[in-house]
Amino acid sequence: MMKKVRALLALEDGTIWPGYALGAIGERAGEVVFNTSMTGYQEVLTDPSYYGQIVVMTAPHIGNTGVNIEDDESRRAWVSGFVVRSVSPRASNWRATQPLAEYLASNGIVAITGVDTRALVRHIRSQGAMRAVLSSHDPEPQRMIAAARAAPSMQGLDLVPHVTCAEPYHWVEGSPAGWGHGETAAQQGQATYHVVAYDFGIKRNILRLLAEQGCRITVVPATTPAADVLALHPDGVFLSNGPGDPAAVTYGIQAVRDLLGKTPIFGICLGHQILGLALGGTTYKLHFGHRGSNQPVRSSDTMHVEISSHNHGFAVDAASLPEGVEVTHSNLNDGCVEGLRVRDLRAFGVQYHPEAAPGPHDARYLFRQFVELMARSRPA
Amino acid sequence: MPRRTDIRSILVIGSGPIVIGQACEFDYAGVQACKVLRREGFRIVLVNSNPATIMTDPQMADATYIEPLTPEIVEKIIEQEKPDALLPTVGGQTGLNLAMKLAESGILERHGVRLIGASPRAIALAEDRELFKQAMLDAGLGVPLGETVTTVERALEVAARIGYPVLVRPSFTLGGSGGGVAHNETQLRDVADRGLRASPVTQVLIEQSVIGWKEYELEVMRDRADNFVVVCSIENLDPMGVHTGDSITVAPAMTLTDRELQRLREMAKVVIRTIGVETGGSNIQFAVDPRTGTPLVIEMNPRVSRSSALASKATGFPIAKIAALLAVGYTLDEIPNDITRVTPASFEPSLDYVVVKVPRWAFEKFPGVDPTLGPQMKSVGEVMAIGTTFNEALQKALRGLEIGAIGFGAFAGQRRAGLEPIEPADDDLRIPTARRIFHVADALRAGWDIERISALTGYDPWFVAQMRQIIDVEAALAQHTLDTIPPDLLREAKEHGFSDAHIASVLHTAGDGEKGTGSGDSAVHPPSPAPRPPSDMDVRARRKALGILPVYHRIDTCAAEFEAHTPYLYSTYASADESDVTDRPKAIILGGGPNRIGQGIEFDYCCVHASFALRDLGYETIMINCNPETVSTDYDTSDRLYFEPLTLEDVLNIWENESGLAGQGDREIRRHGDTNVAALSLSPIPFFSSSPVPMLVQFGGQTPLNLAKGLVAAGVPIWGTSQDAIDLAEDRGRFSELLQRLDIMQPESGMAADLQGARRVAQRIGYPVLVRPSYVLGGRAMAIAYDDEGLAQYIHEAAQISAGQPVLIDRYLEDAFEIDVDAVGDGERLVIGGIMEHVEEAGVHSGDSAMVMPPYKVSAYHLSIIRDEAVRIGLALGVKGLMNIQFALKDDEVYVLEVNPRSSRTVPFVAKATGVPLARIAAQVAAGKKLADLGFTQEPPLDGFFVKEAVLPFDKFPGAAVVLSPEMRSTGEVMGHASTFGHAFAKAELGANQRIPTGGGALLTVNDYDKGAIGRIARDLAKLGFTLYATRGTAAWLHQLGLAAEVVNKVSEGSPHTVDLLASGKVGLVISTPLGSRAYADGQALRSAAIRYGVVLVTTLTGAAATVSAIRALRQKALRVRSLQEHHRNRQH
Repeated sequence: MMKKVRALLALEDGTIWPGYALGAIGERAGEVVFNTSMTGYQEVLTDPSYYGQIVVMTAPHIGNTGVNIEDDESRRAWVSGFVVRSVSPRASNWRATQPLAEYLASNGIVAITGVDTRALVRHIRSQGAMRAVLSSHDPEPQRMIAAARAAPSMQGLDLVPHVTCAEPYHWVEGSPAGWGHGETAAQQGQATYHVVAYDFGIKRNILRLLAEQGCRITVVPATTPAADVLALHPDGVFLSNGPGDPAAVTYGIQAVRDLLGKTPIFGICLGHQILGLALGGTTYKLHFGHRGSNQPVRSSDTMHVEISSHNHGFAVDAASLPEGVEVTHSNLNDGCVEGLRVRDLRAFGVQYHPEAAPGPHDARYLFRQFVELMARSRPA
Repeated sequence: MPRRTDIRSILVIGSGPIVIGQACEFDYAGVQACKVLRREGFRIVLVNSNPATIMTDPQMADATYIEPLTPEIVEKIIEQEKPDALLPTVGGQTGLNLAMKLAESGILERHGVRLIGASPRAIALAEDRELFKQAMLDAGLGVPLGETVTTVERALEVAARIGYPVLVRPSFTLGGSGGGVAHNETQLRDVADRGLRASPVTQVLIEQSVIGWKEYELEVMRDRADNFVVVCSIENLDPMGVHTGDSITVAPAMTLTDRELQRLREMAKVVIRTIGVETGGSNIQFAVDPRTGTPLVIEMNPRVSRSSALASKATGFPIAKIAALLAVGYTLDEIPNDITRVTPASFEPSLDYVVVKVPRWAFEKFPGVDPTLGPQMKSVGEVMAIGTTFNEALQKALRGLEIGAIGFGAFAGQRRAGLEPIEPADDDLRIPTARRIFHVADALRAGWDIERISALTGYDPWFVAQMRQIIDVEAALAQHTLDTIPPDLLREAKEHGFSDAHIASVLHTAGDGEKGTGSGDSAVHPPSPAPRPPSDMDVRARRKALGILPVYHRIDTCAAEFEAHTPYLYSTYASADESDVTDRPKAIILGGGPNRIGQGIEFDYCCVHASFALRDLGYETIMINCNPETVSTDYDTSDRLYFEPLTLEDVLNIWENESGLAGQGDREIRRHGDTNVAALSLSPIPFFSSSPVPMLVQFGGQTPLNLAKGLVAAGVPIWGTSQDAIDLAEDRGRFSELLQRLDIMQPESGMAADLQGARRVAQRIGYPVLVRPSYVLGGRAMAIAYDDEGLAQYIHEAAQISAGQPVLIDRYLEDAFEIDVDAVGDGERLVIGGIMEHVEEAGVHSGDSAMVMPPYKVSAYHLSIIRDEAVRIGLALGVKGLMNIQFALKDDEVYVLEVNPRSSRTVPFVAKATGVPLARIAAQVAAGKKLADLGFTQEPPLDGFFVKEAVLPFDKFPGAAVVLSPEMRSTGEVMGHASTFGHAFAKAELGANQRIPTGGGALLTVNDYDKGAIGRIARDLAKLGFTLYATRGTAAWLHQLGLAAEVVNKVSEGSPHTVDLLASGKVGLVISTPLGSRAYADGQALRSAAIRYGVVLVTTLTGAAATVSAIRALRQKALRVRSLQEHHRNRQH
């Protein structure tokens, strides 16, 4: 049996959740949230939107398939902490290159296993997402609770600067070999559209799917002014997902305001919230958010239900949206706004993740819609 | 989209008798469909030949037909009831095949009946392997290479092209019936031939073998708005090559990355769209190459299936119910999720626990049958278990099987297993069998590495690595005694699913010495009095003292994201209890556990009735069971459902929890006693005066009865017949004394511990004798010995089956009639529910014998004796609830063979025939009501004849002896009813898939003792126009009687012989009676051939006489149909 080092998760409300150390030995603070996806922990770990968060996985066995080189959603793991019920002692999958425990340790991720995750999740469900400290370095409850209370609150927090790229870069690749549609048009130098993507913490699968739709992408830092973007003569602008409170990303909101009407715009998650704010709406923090791969979202255009991948702690307030902004998608569980559109301004966004990773692929059509929007926007 | 308004009445087809591959999961599905469709205001017409189902209870449908599932019969029902639509997707393969026949023959069109749930085109596309494969290829999906053939020669050509090994899969059969693997040409000739015969359309698929690939299933649903959800993913522990019904399966899938899982999901979406299932559920199976991840589509079932029942129980998402609503036009987003109440059914359940299903086999009943698992399903039941981790679920499932296992690789009665590991052979792991999972434990204990075990078994290394943890914990436990075991280790063991019994068996006592090497020393040192090894109850006491108690989690479909309103619970070792125990008056009903031969759906029927009855009396009903196929484990059936193994430990834990005796004070100290665990604030423990909750143990068959003693000892109040009365009936000595006191006859008998003793008893009472071990179920290992030699052989075998148990020896009443009586007592009065006469003579197990109500050959005089004796026995035992008595009638004397003060297999049959819900009444009586209060004071009258026929699995077990015996081997039953015995019998036979011919050829071959009686039967057959064939001895006798009979060689006499005659198709009826205990090689070949060629086979003379009555009746008048409601309405007027 593995040698066990005690570790502890302490919440700002004074509750503590014991377990054993996993990954790096250390201490991290963050907002504790849970994710109900039964697969895809590698994608979750590497999704920049989880920056500043301690993620609890509800699936009891984590690490079964290890990690591989294809399923990273960015260049590194971003979560502040990782909480699991039972970490797999070994990786078992034809693509696995490393066991999870090893990966966490080598990426400096402090994690904890052996936690009664169901009780913790029920606690978060009733008490809401909250600040927490995870420590395998010095699991002393009272000190940790105090530290959790001293941690910054997610509300009003701009975390984008921590995750956005420093310099613009180009993206032409599609899905890994064997999973996508072969070489993309962009890789062959024949891309039909040029998309400028604001990197608020972008996931690779968004870039891959745009590339597979015939786009070449210029990814730009989050603070890039609208004028610089327009100077790149894009066929469309993409607003990415990302961490933190959207209302705090004032530079992003300003840029989108400046871009609206001048080019087709598509936003996902934080990008969608920023779009909503730029249109004059407001956002609010959800009690514990939506994080998982099983959320039913209905399109008001088709009345079709998509099973979708979610990762959001904030949402756009439907009542705050000015006239002319349509709510195109809503969540059937809680009625939350999941998509909006302004036809005149050629802009739309979805709160959920059509790129999935992890999660079902039901909403991939949105990338095609973006391309169609760009096609219609071209001078004849 | 709201529900369809163009349909007002719907015909629902059930799945018929329980057979291997089609069990009570379709009762569960059918009940769900009927309930929800009636709630929606539809008129429901139901047809099913199986009387033991809840779905055939008259209150489940507006018109209930217990009739054979044939197109002719169903057309008559359609003519009578004029339904607007037919729902074929909840009746298994039987329902689907029947619906297809009705559609193809134009019957549906003729009567304006629309198929809902699945279109004929979709069914055809999914069911025809060739069409299916082509459709998949056209849609761009990978499938195994192969081709459908109709001849053995063509099969050989195809195999030569795609390479061996190949799979042979017959079209349109249940549970892969008739399929197999062929590694070479010789094998293929045999397997292909069998497969072609098994297929109703003489078609088999010869297919590239993907044996050893990983096997996955997705349970999916789609509505007419094209909304699509995956309800559950299932991973088979046993890789491709073992039928999924025979595989240990795990939900959700454990070893797929999200990328791989989503690829399967996308493929599933393409499959269901391509096949065109627009309003319902489907099961889609995939094979995945473990080396490359390449996925292939294997097959799809466009209906509710065994796997979907499992998925429903595993997730809390009721697939059959939702499928029925989709079939009438709703879309997924219009249907609420019952469990969360706030979210719609258009979502995908997320599991924060692991579900493991383990099949249960019955090979011990079929000596001679190949126990290797393959593409043809052989298991007769299954257990599902839920745990937070795979290990917890696996160990719970294994102990729920009731095969003596107390955990992974651990069996009751073994001490310190694993300390001297039994090294398995490679083949023990390579060849899939019922025992393989236990051999894996041995291999791990012997220190084999994970790779080697994985390579041999094809289990994914992940699972083996988990199992390794169990063995590691076991080794750690073995270092300790009960007193030295560290609390953290004990808790860890419980988290890995160890039972108290398993822990007790590995803990060492001072006397065990060092790691089992101590025994050698005892010769040197005089042994000190060895301390008693700890028992499971010792471990329990220690565990409770340490505050290590289970908590109960809810199945909530959503990994705790939303609150669950349905108390569908499983135990686990964690910090927060979610059971929210109430202080209402309540009662616990123990279910029947996994289906096996001798204990099946009949007992689940009784449990469900008991639950409904108590709920109606105002009690909160609590069900405990672990069989995922059942209605009792529907979260809708009882107020609270604990999906748990039926072991003393698990049941007592629940009882203490529900009684408020769980010692909540200890609960707060969970892990790390020094820390203030958050759970404290989570679940305020309701404080109420604890009172022991009563339990009902008489409805679930032998399973709860086996627990009764331990439950009583622990202080559990048992409602109904007392434990002492149960013991009195089961204890031979006490029971004989009782009968003597009551002056009631019983066959002379004795008990013996060894062969000598047995010989003495046999000499005293005279051969033939009926021998059996004490305390067994379903006639397990029961046999008739005709002489000393047979007795010796039996005693030898019995010693292996239940060592140490005495053997019971009864005089065997040859040529006696047997009579079964079901009754209900309230302690003051006993009322008979039904009297059934066995069609087959004594010596055939009552579960395998056809039975008729009312008795058609017993005089009123004897019936009055039977009634009188039943009442006197019931009152003497103080029966409160159900009782079953078996009587025998021989030479004008009535004997009592057996008394069971509990529910019996025949209770549902009696209830359907009489319209009196015996199980319900029994539950009310157990709860304290009097029969007089309930208005049940007289044996109910009968109108017409009701015949119950047993259905035997010989077609699934080539090599099994095809003969009825004292060992029960049937898996299910059907009922036929009509105003004459002949018609009722013909219907029952038709329901059992024995289409009695009304003319043609009949082959007779009987033993010498039966020759006297065969004359009349032969004469009647000849009069009815049959051409008679007979083997030499029988023919000679018939010729003496002046009857024409063509002589046919026995198989041993060379061709052309009896089997050739059957192959020629000239004969539609075989009467073949075996003799005594001899090996009847000839008869066996003939009887096997009859099964293979689908010729009606009768193996007893009484059965033959009944068959003649049926033929006569069929020639006079065609079969008619009548609903139960109509029948009982008329009876009352």
